[in-house]
Amino acid sequence: MTERKIRVLVAKPGLDGHDRGAKIIARALRDAGMEVIYTGLRQTPEMIAAAALQEDVDAVGVSILSGAHNTLCPRIVQLLQERGMDDCLVLVGGIVPKEDVPRLKEMGVAEVFLPGTSTEDIVTYLRDNVRPRA
Amino acid sequence: MSEVKEITSPEQAAAERWEEETLAPVLQKRPERKQRFETVSLDAVERLYTPADVHDIDFDEDTAFPGEFPYTRGIHPTGYRGKLWTMRQFAGFGTPEETNARFKYLMAQGQTGLSVAYDLPTLMGYDADAMLSEGEVGKCGVAVSSLADMETLFDGIPLEGVTVSQTINAPASVLLAMYLVVAEKQGADWRKISGTLQNDILKEYIAQKEWIYPIRPAMKLVVDTFEFCTRHVPKYNPISVSGYHIREAGSTAMQELAFTLRDGIEYVQWGVDAGLDVDEFVPRISFFFNAHNDFFEEIAKYRAARRIWSRTMRERFNAKDPRTLQLRFHTQTAGVSLTVQQPLNNIVRVAIQALAGVLGGTQSLHTDAYDEALALPTDQAALIALRTQQIIAEETGVVNTVDPLGGSYFLESLTKKMEDGALDYFAKIDAMGGMVFAVEKGFPQREIQESAYQYQKAVERGEQTIVGVNKYQIENEQSKIDILVIDESVRGHQIARLEEARARRDDGAVGNALEKLKRAAQSGDNTMPATIEAVRAYATLGEVCDALRDVYGLYEEPAF
Repeated sequence: MTERKIRVLVAKPGLDGHDRGAKIIARALRDAGMEVIYTGLRQTPEMIAAAALQEDVDAVGVSILSGAHNTLCPRIVQLLQERGMDDCLVLVGGIVPKEDVPRLKEMGVAEVFLPGTSTEDIVTYLRDNVRPRA
Repeated sequence: MSEVKEITSPEQAAAERWEEETLAPVLQKRPERKQRFETVSLDAVERLYTPADVHDIDFDEDTAFPGEFPYTRGIHPTGYRGKLWTMRQFAGFGTPEETNARFKYLMAQGQTGLSVAYDLPTLMGYDADAMLSEGEVGKCGVAVSSLADMETLFDGIPLEGVTVSQTINAPASVLLAMYLVVAEKQGADWRKISGTLQNDILKEYIAQKEWIYPIRPAMKLVVDTFEFCTRHVPKYNPISVSGYHIREAGSTAMQELAFTLRDGIEYVQWGVDAGLDVDEFVPRISFFFNAHNDFFEEIAKYRAARRIWSRTMRERFNAKDPRTLQLRFHTQTAGVSLTVQQPLNNIVRVAIQALAGVLGGTQSLHTDAYDEALALPTDQAALIALRTQQIIAEETGVVNTVDPLGGSYFLESLTKKMEDGALDYFAKIDAMGGMVFAVEKGFPQREIQESAYQYQKAVERGEQTIVGVNKYQIENEQSKIDILVIDESVRGHQIARLEEARARRDDGAVGNALEKLKRAAQSGDNTMPATIEAVRAYATLGEVCDALRDVYGLYEEPAF
C-alpha cells in the first residue's frame, strides 16, 4: 500500500506580484515529496477555494505581502468551509504583523509563518498536521 | 587553473612565492574557518588579490579617469566634490493628503528629491472602487485614481522646482499624463520640469509581476513616452531601467546587472526602431540598482554597469554624445535583506548598503527604513533612514575623493568578473532574439528563481548568515517598535473622492477622449496626447486602462 502524498495548493491572492516566497515554498514542498499546485498570481478567494476543492488538497498555503491579509484570509477560510473542506489547513506566509496572528487564527487560519521561517519547518508542520486519509 | 603551465609573469611568481613561504606554514598550523568563502550571490571569493589578478585590466582602456570613457570610475570628473547624490526617499501611503504631508515633512528635513510609491490598485491600473482593490487601497503606497488625487498629492509642491520620481510601470503613461497636467495647472513649463518615471515594463514580466497588457503593446506604450518626452519634456527621464526588483526577486548581483542592462539595450533598440535618434533619447534613460549586503560585490556591479553601458552604446548603437554613453543610476538599499527579527539591526545593514551605493557613484539614493520588513515606515524610521545618508555624506569623508576604491586589486578584478558574466548573458539573450523573446520564453524568470532557491537553501544550511534569523537569535523576542497601520477607512475616503470627481466632470468629454485613445492604440499612433486629454477631463486611471485593455488585451503569465 502506498501512502497518499500530501497535496498542497500554494496560492497568491490579491494584487501583489511578489512571488519569490510562493515559488520557493512550492519548490521546497515538491522537493519534500508533496504534490504542489501553484495558482499563479492575482487569484480571488473564490478562485482559490474552487481550485482547492477541484484539486482535493490537504492544505492551502496563502502567500501575502501586501497587508491585505485581514480581508483576504478569513474569506478563503470561510469559502473552504462552505465547500465542506473543513479539514483543509489554511496556512499563511508573508508580511503579517505579529499582532494580527491571533485574530487570523481565531478566524480559522491554522498557522501563520512569519519572515525568516525555514522551509523545513513548514514541511514538518504539514507532515505533523495534515490529517491522514483513508 | 589551466592544464598547460603558462609562462609565469613576475606578478604570478611573486604571489606564488608568498603562498609557499608565508601562507603555507600558517595554513598548516591554523586552517581557515571555511573551505569556500563566497559573496551573498554565492560567488567564490579568493583569499587574496594581487597584481596578478588585474594583469588583463588596462588602466587607460578599462578603468581610466572619471568623466571619461568608459566611465568605470564615474560620470563626473569631480565625483561628489561638485554635487552630492540626490537624497530621494521613496514615500507613499494612505490618502494623497497623508502622502503630501509626508513629502513636506521629508523636504523640511533636508531631503532633496521626491519619490512616489503608489498602492497596488494604482500599480495595476484599477480605481479605488474596483472589486479587486478591496483590502489594498493605500496599503503599499498612495492611492491615485484620478487627476484630482494627483492635484492633492502635489498641492503646495511646485513641480518646476523639485525632481519627482514615480514608481509606476504598467500604467506609467497615464500617471505621467496626470503629472504633466498638474504641472501645467501650476503654471510650470514642461520643458523645465525634471524627474523620473520608472516605466520599466520588462522587469515586471521578469520579476515584479505587476503587468496589465501583453508584452509587445506594453513596450509600445513605453516607446510612446520616450517619443513624447523627447519632444515636449526634454529634461524628464521617461524610464528608470530597474535591476532593483530583479534582485529582490532573488537574482545574484551579476544577474541583476546583466538582465537590467540587457533590458536597457532592448528599450534603446525599440526606440531606434521607432525612428528615434540614439543621441537624442538615450541620454534620458536612467537606471535603478539594488544595494545588497555584499559590499564589494555591489560596488563592482555599479562600476561594471557604467563600463558595459558606455561600450555597448558606442559599439551597438554608434552613439556619439557623451551623455548617451554615461549610465546614471538611482540606488535603493535591499528591502529583502531587512529582518523582522531584531529590527533595529536593519539600521546598520542599510548604512553599509548605502555606503556601497555611494562608493559605486550613485546619482541618487533611497535608504530603507528599519521597520520596512514589518510595514511601511513611520515618520521616525523614515527620518533615521534619511539621516543615515546625511551622515555618510557629511561625516565619513568618503565623498572627498573620486572613486576611492578604484585600483584595488580585489575590486578591479571583481568589476571585470561582473562585466564578463554580464556579457555572457547578453550573448545568450541575443541568441534568443533579444530580451522580449527571452522573457516570453521565461529565461530570466527561471534563472532568478533558481538563484533565489539556492540562496534560501544556503541560508537554511547556515552557509549564509542572517544575524538574528539563523544566528544570534533571541528566543521569544518581543517586538517593541511602533509600526504604521493603514486604516481600512482609506478605501472609503478614496471612493468618496472618486465619486466627487466623476460628478464634477463632463462625461461627454471623457468619453470622446477615451475613444480617441482607443483609436490611437489601434492605429499605432502615439497614445500620449489622447491620454493627456483623457486625464485632463478627469477620466479615471481605471477608465483609461480599461480603454487600453479593450484594445490590447491582458497578459497571462505562462507557467515557467
